[in-house]
Amino acid sequence: MNPTAVIYVLTAAAIFGIGLYGLLVSRQILRQLLTINLMGGGIFLLLITLGGGAEGPPDPVPQAMVLTGIVIAVSATAFALALLLRWQELSGSSEVDGDAVTDAVTDALDDDE
Amino acid sequence: MATPLQTPLQTHSTMTSEALVAVIFLPLLGACAAVMPGRFPARLGIVAGLLPLPGLLVAVTLAVWHDGPAWLELGGWAAPLGIRLFVDPLAVLMLWMVAIIGGIAAAHAWFDFPPGTGTGQKFWPLWLLLISAMNALFLSADLFNLYVCLELVTLTAIPLIALAGSKTAIRASMRYLLLALLASLLYLLGVALLYNATGTLDLYLVSDGLGAAPPMVVTTALALISLGLLLKGAVFPLHIWLPQAHASAPGPVSAVLSALVVKTAIYLLYRLWLWSVPATVAAEGALTLLAVLGAGALLYGGVLALLQERLKLVIAYSTVAQLGYLLLILPMASSSAWPIAWQGGTYQLLSHGLAKAAMFLAAANILHGLGSDRLSDLQRLDQRQPLSLFALAMAGVSIMGLPPSGGFLAKWLLLEATWRSGQWWLLAVLVAGSLLAAAYVFRILAATLRRDDPTEARPAAETRSIPAAQTACALLLALLALAAGFAAAPLLEFIEAGTPGTWSSP
Repeated sequence: MNPTAVIYVLTAAAIFGIGLYGLLVSRQILRQLLTINLMGGGIFLLLITLGGGAEGPPDPVPQAMVLTGIVIAVSATAFALALLLRWQELSGSSEVDGDAVTDAVTDALDDDE
Repeated sequence: MATPLQTPLQTHSTMTSEALVAVIFLPLLGACAAVMPGRFPARLGIVAGLLPLPGLLVAVTLAVWHDGPAWLELGGWAAPLGIRLFVDPLAVLMLWMVAIIGGIAAAHAWFDFPPGTGTGQKFWPLWLLLISAMNALFLSADLFNLYVCLELVTLTAIPLIALAGSKTAIRASMRYLLLALLASLLYLLGVALLYNATGTLDLYLVSDGLGAAPPMVVTTALALISLGLLLKGAVFPLHIWLPQAHASAPGPVSAVLSALVVKTAIYLLYRLWLWSVPATVAAEGALTLLAVLGAGALLYGGVLALLQERLKLVIAYSTVAQLGYLLLILPMASSSAWPIAWQGGTYQLLSHGLAKAAMFLAAANILHGLGSDRLSDLQRLDQRQPLSLFALAMAGVSIMGLPPSGGFLAKWLLLEATWRSGQWWLLAVLVAGSLLAAAYVFRILAATLRRDDPTEARPAAETRSIPAAQTACALLLALLALAAGFAAAPLLEFIEAGTPGTWSSP
């Protein structure tokens, strides 16, 4: 691996790490969504770097994967935003609150329409 | 354990190949038709997308039965670069489950989501896309293609939950979506590393490149892929999103989610650990770890199912528990009892799918009829909805593993395998899991038969009637779950023919 590639790999790892950290600490859905996209960016950068090829032409397969990955990321984000809007309409909040493990039980009891 | 398949066995006749492609494309085309406005295109799309599936599968099944597993190279592109479809007994079994459970649940959904009107307009394209995506997933042999399939399954399953429209459903969808996206990213990162280390994306060629690959990278890649799949498959302790999502979805959607969608991830775990990474290479430790998670799921899910106050939540936690069985078989992969363990695991996949779908459809009927699925509101159900209760009870028999159901056979085979391979801790977990299942199923049945305090019970006038066909759908699935215990011999033989690690040597 040449020195430039090392820089790219480290950058990719940093971006992924920042995203993961953000996902774990943020409470707002929109932020969580952004951090997931950031993690995706890190992975795409890694894919492109690894496919770069030290000598000779770059490998086209990772590039195709990244293209497809971007399409999927965009559509997933769009759907998540639509869902978020619906959630805000219904609840007036932009957080999914509460402790996940015990929620299922309490939730079902509160939400008795 | 013999080495897994490394060279293409054969390509089947054109007719079988076309049947394989049609299994994916018909529901896809049906989805396109269902998007169009009006009732006729929607109905046409649904019927043309779902009805031919069993017929096509008969052709595929016969071909696999006679000639063994086969490849299909899409567009004529060969393995390292091209994307291949691969069909073997396990894939055939999964396709049948999609066709049968997806078909019957669709018949049930027809009444609540009339095609071409209101929410039906949104429901059916998603439903058909989901069926198509699952079929593609079970056939694809390309790790990146599988990533796309996993995303398609997630992005069609979650809107179906959200269609329930309640606050709980939207909230559950949101949480499911965020965790599923995280899971996909972990999977994708693992695939990127694995591709870099082995130079191939083909599930069945990865093992060739493992020898020369740096072990650290391979281990990290496998760990990331598995973590992603465990999260998508709601395996304990990563199941937190499942109960709410499955319980708040519309009835037929719950059925398909619990019976099929979570199994897609388990299916890929099987493919990864039993096909891509031969048991000789895979650390014994990893398989044991997966089994420990399965044992945790079985016990934790069983206990939580016992604590729920709502029927659909009991059934959803039961799914968490029952998925555990599927991972328990993994440590036996290198033992002499492996063929029996494999038969048991695969049969559990099948019978749980049928029984769980039946339970969710019956629960949907009960919820619809009574306006509540709280266990305390279920009293005198035997008078109010006898057939739904009957379906629930019969499916329960299979979940508990009582004879003569399919669930009994699965659990019997699993017990025999643990006995023969001397895995005593697995034996203990199996027995405990079955006892817990019996406890939560009987708890439901006891609640439905209670008669105390007539003033507390809702008046009979509040009971809405259910279309007979919806009751029939739940009954039919429950009967199939029971029948799986009778007509098992040819099925088990078929499953055994596809035991990973055996069919490469002719």
